[in-house]
Order: sequence, then C-alpha cells, then structure tokens
Amino acid sequence: MTDYTSDQPIIEVDDLHKDFGDLAVLKGISEKIYKGEVVTIIGPSGGGKSTFLRCLNLLETPTSGRVCFEGTELSAASTDLDAHRQKIGMVFQQFNVFPHLTVLNNITITPMLEKGVSKADAEKEAMALLDQVGLKDKAQEYPRKLSGGQKQRLAIVRALAMHPDVMLFDEPTSALDPEMVKEVLVVIQQLAESGMTCVIVTHEMGFARNISDRVIFIDGGIIAEEGTPEAVFDHPQNPRTKEFLSKVL
Amino acid sequence: MSASIWQVFSENWLIFIQGLVGTLKFAFIAVFFGTILGTLIAFMHLSKARIPSSIAAVYVNVLRGTPLLVQMYIAYFFIPMAIPVLSFMSKEQCVILSLILNSSAYVSEIIRGGINAVDRGQTEAARSLGMSARHCMQKIILPQAVKNILPALGNEYISMIKETSLAGTFALYELMFTRTLLANKFYTYQPLFIIAAIYLLCTLVLSHLVHKMEVRLSVSD
Repeated sequence: MTDYTSDQPIIEVDDLHKDFGDLAVLKGISEKIYKGEVVTIIGPSGGGKSTFLRCLNLLETPTSGRVCFEGTELSAASTDLDAHRQKIGMVFQQFNVFPHLTVLNNITITPMLEKGVSKADAEKEAMALLDQVGLKDKAQEYPRKLSGGQKQRLAIVRALAMHPDVMLFDEPTSALDPEMVKEVLVVIQQLAESGMTCVIVTHEMGFARNISDRVIFIDGGIIAEEGTPEAVFDHPQNPRTKEFLSKVL
Repeated sequence: MSASIWQVFSENWLIFIQGLVGTLKFAFIAVFFGTILGTLIAFMHLSKARIPSSIAAVYVNVLRGTPLLVQMYIAYFFIPMAIPVLSFMSKEQCVILSLILNSSAYVSEIIRGGINAVDRGQTEAARSLGMSARHCMQKIILPQAVKNILPALGNEYISMIKETSLAGTFALYELMFTRTLLANKFYTYQPLFIIAAIYLLCTLVLSHLVHKMEVRLSVSD
C-alpha cells in the first residue's frame, strides 16, 4: 500500500485549499516536510497558519488538494485516519488536557485504549515522560491544580506517549502567562534537538529563529516566503514579509 | 360552615400521601424511561447523518411544541385505536406513555446541550491523539457532559412532578386526582391548598438537592 521510505517527505501537501463558507482561508499551499526537520510557521493572524497546521492531521478537512503523511493520502476514504493520527502528535494553544482525568491518566488513556498497551507499561512510560518535563510529583493530581505551563508540558508528553513520528504545535505558548513561556519552549527545544520532526506555528520570533531548520511565512492563505531562518528574518524578499517582521521584531 | 384546611388534611392525610406517592412514581417513570429514550434521540440529533438527525429534530419540536395535555388526550383516545399492537395497553399506561415521550423530548435536549457544552478542544485533543470517535465520546466527552446533564435532569424531574398533575384528568391516582376523590365530600377549595402546599414542599426540597449536587459537581472541575 505505502512504499514510504525515510528520504521521502514525511508530510507532503499538494495545492491545499480550505474554505470556511465563503471565506477562502487557504488558497493553494504546497509544501514538503522531511523527517527530522524543524519547521516554524509565522505570519499575521488570520493568514491561515493554524488552519494549515490543522489540515495536516485533518482536524480540518481540506476543501481541495492532498495531504499525505508517510506516503498515505489522509483524506482518502480508505485511510484509517485514527491510526495515522496516532503518529502525528498535536499540541494546542489552549492545552486541551482532559480535566476529568489525573495527570497520569491523561497520558495513559490513549495508549491503553487504542494501542492495547498494558496499564503497567503505560504508567511506567508516563512516569518517565513526566519526569523528563519535571511533573513527576504531579502524576496523581488533576489538571486544575496545574499552572498553564505545567498543563502545556503535560499536553506535550501526552502526545509523545503515542510515539509520534511528527509533532505539530499550534501556538503552544500564546495562552501562557509570560513567565511560563520559557519552560514550555525549553521542552519543545529539547524535543527538536532529539531529532523529532516538528511543525510549529508560533509568534515567538526569537524562538523560531533559533530552533528552525526552515521558516515558512504564511499570509493571505498562501506561502508568501520560506527559507532558512537567516534568509527569512535577515534578508526577506517579499514586501509582505518585510512589513510583518518590521511590526513584530 | 366549611371545614378548615387542617381538618381536611388530618382526616384525609392518607389519601394525599397516596396521591403524592403516585405523583413521585409517575414522574420518576417518565424521567427514567424518558432518559433512556431521550439519550437515543439526542445521539440521533447529534449524528452527522442527515436523516436520523432530522427525525430527531422533528420529534423534539413536535413534543415540546404541543401541550402535554393534548398529547395525553391523543395517547388516551387515539393510540389504542390507531395502533392495534398497542391495544393491550391500559388507558393508564397510555397516559404514562405520553409522559415518557414528552419527557424524552426534553431530556434529549438536556443531553444534547450537555454534550455540546463540552469544549470542542477536548474532542480535537482526543481525536488528534488517534482516539476513535467512540472512545472519545465514552471516555472524554460523556464523563464531562454528565456534570452538565445531572443537575438538569434533576430539574426535569421537578418539572415532571408538576406536569404529572395533568394525569389526574385521566383518573391516574396522583396528587391532583385527590381533589376529585375528595370532591364527593363537598370540599371545594381545601384540598387545592393542601395539594399546592405538598407540590411546593416537594419542589423546594428537590430544588435544594439539585443545587447541592450542582455545587458538588462544579467543585471537581
């Protein structure tokens, strides 16, 4: 079925369009993301960054165009979307931790339900992951006792417990109090350095510059510019990129 | 000289208590089976498939948009005649059926509302982890929706306690029917005040309990 090899793009997007009613949000985006790459997506609000990211795991159904993950077209009717989504971790702006489950169960529930992992194995791995992000002592707490930064770190390891091949971050620090931004960015950075393929929508320009292999500037539903962080931040070619950067830097 | 209200109550208290038991019983039956049926209707309504969703919408609109008393008359006279399979049902059962159907429409909206009130991000998080739609509903959405649903179901039970008074019209032995029972003793207004007081006492006590439940459920958020 799939003849995916690791030198092919892990995510391949071809002429992606997304309309919400009469509003065309994405107007033809094509992009290839390779294994191990760290790609950040920047651009003005309402330009389509988040919609693009949400199309990558089909949280938004594309109006037209193709989204392929590891060689499989996700929107094809025959695709087992749940199985593929297990390999695409996603972290949300609003954390979306499960408030009715303990920190530990937030992590273990999906591996146990969908992958048949035993409770003991799931908990062992969850504890190791919590330890990595400094939340081990919170394992038995409910999320309401956590700060925003702690919730977001929980959301990240919850996704990692599914052993994804790629991680999508949708403005992971935008809902955080300023003093909690760093603790989350550090976790993402460690993840990126460990070789995880990451696609990150962010407004943290300094972070984007440091962490990225590639920066994509999305504006008006298209990729207006892309390149290395140096190229995009220091030598932007597109006037819209220049204008945007002059406002945020 | 007419008897005092207290006199009427002390001489006939057993009749009123039996009436109250009937009221509580019919209201419970209506809400209990109404919840089972209403859950089904709610999931049809929430379904992305257009036909079941439309059927559920029509069902809810018709039952909520017409008076319960009219529904009871229809159940009483028309159902046994029009649906021969159901002719085994007694008149009393027909009236109870109309209570259940009426309640199911309201309960389905309570359940639908409770589910819709759970933040969309919860579904997105669960589905993005690769959780199936069914597991997401069972393990993530419903446990959170229950907190919204339970107090509202309590309120539905309180409403039903009042609604069942209409069933007295069809000689079902509930609280309102005690008035008919006592009318042959030439009491005109006294039973009405007793009946009203008992209804009020019940709804106040139950409202208080529902409120306590609401507070407890919200603490665990």
